[in-house]
Amino acid sequence: MRVLPSGSSALLVELDDLDAVLGFSAALRDRALPGVVDVVPAARTVLVVSDGSLADLRTALERLPWRPGRAGTGERVELPVRYDGEDLAAVAGLLGTDPDGVVAAHTGREWTVAFCGFAPGFGYCVPDAEPWDVPRLTTPRTRVPAGAVGLAGGFTGVYPSASPGGWQLIGRTDVAVFDLSRDPAALLRPGVRVRFVPC
Amino acid sequence: MLTVVAAGPLTTVQDRGRPGLGGIGVGRSGAADRAAAALANRLVGNDAAAAVLEATLGGLVVRAEADCFVVTTGARCPGSPVHAAPGLLRAGTTLALGTPVAGLRTYLAVRGGIAVPPVLGSRSTDVLSGLGPAPLRAGDVLPEGDPAGPLPGVDLAPVADPPAGEVTVRLLPGPRADWLTAAALGALPGPWTVTAESNRVGLRLAGPRLERAVDGELASEGLVRGAVQVPPSGAPVLFLADAPVTGGYPVAGYVADDDVDRCAQLRPGQALRFRC
Repeated sequence: MRVLPSGSSALLVELDDLDAVLGFSAALRDRALPGVVDVVPAARTVLVVSDGSLADLRTALERLPWRPGRAGTGERVELPVRYDGEDLAAVAGLLGTDPDGVVAAHTGREWTVAFCGFAPGFGYCVPDAEPWDVPRLTTPRTRVPAGAVGLAGGFTGVYPSASPGGWQLIGRTDVAVFDLSRDPAALLRPGVRVRFVPC
Repeated sequence: MLTVVAAGPLTTVQDRGRPGLGGIGVGRSGAADRAAAALANRLVGNDAAAAVLEATLGGLVVRAEADCFVVTTGARCPGSPVHAAPGLLRAGTTLALGTPVAGLRTYLAVRGGIAVPPVLGSRSTDVLSGLGPAPLRAGDVLPEGDPAGPLPGVDLAPVADPPAGEVTVRLLPGPRADWLTAAALGALPGPWTVTAESNRVGLRLAGPRLERAVDGELASEGLVRGAVQVPPSGAPVLFLADAPVTGGYPVAGYVADDDVDRCAQLRPGQALRFRC
């Protein structure tokens, strides 16, 4: 772990891999460090924003007990999905299976939201077992509808609103993963566990 | 109540933004020049969290539907008799902001604050994510909230106007300075020219091309306003209030947080230097 400078109000913690990011983020959630106003996990890093002393924050981060792993928040979300995505057959081909095999693999494992990015409420979910690697589309779509369920790299995710996008689409859900009229607005927050259920 | 007669090039509602939501992919947003917005609120006795109007390059015209106490701060616009000097806007009269001579963003605070419905705890318009109220349009009616405290009894706040010439700000270390060549690090202080492709998200800077020492892709990582990011083009971007939550290009340095406000007042064509 390396603690890198990020100006006058934040430090960037660089970690070895995503399991370390998940473990470190979970430790930060569990013990709210003084002065910390925001925690932004990403694929290899955790940005810690503070309104207090960065020297104190650096010491606290270096002393924080943590271990790599998928310690979730304890919250669980089930998302009903219609597996009729435009790229389902292509994804099956890439993974050496058929569409039913993709559905079985997607629904048969538990996912954990590792971090959010791209758009408000877009959670990057990682599987508990057997990660797969699905390339992004070479040409992103100019419009992906809200609720589209996609795969990219080792992640799965749900588009919270209509937007351009390069993930391979395997299905869609009617559940609004980001809804400003709901508290919390984002269903897929870091540390939440997700199961996809065919419907 | 204020009625928007004209919105100018871009006027948005802004407050202190949405801190603490980066984890769900929501950026902070808020007034681009926080100090100017905070001063405007103080001068009319508002709570620090009250929402104000942020006019870009003037052009905003509002009509008071009832007597109200107002002030402008930030870029000084011809036509504002209440610049840094709060005063009464009588019912039926208008306040018309001309084009500022220097600076870019003018804040109009009304006593009680702009009371449009908040989104995720803030009334700020985030032009990147689209969260918050839409930019103002002619005909919009803006309700006021309740005054938070007594009027401060200040006639005039003695603050300097944003400068028209070259501006120098402090640059602090960023996480990925080692992604730049030694020559690029030497060129980082500038001077840079603010280009017309700049907005609330960030300033796009023109100047020497910053060569990278490291090829390959950086996994996206968190950033906040003030970050100076170097995309493959070699032309840096200095992120402002509506910065993305994460970015996939190396951040070579950070403008000191207090100095970001001054950067938010820079106009296209203005020169910027970094003191490293």
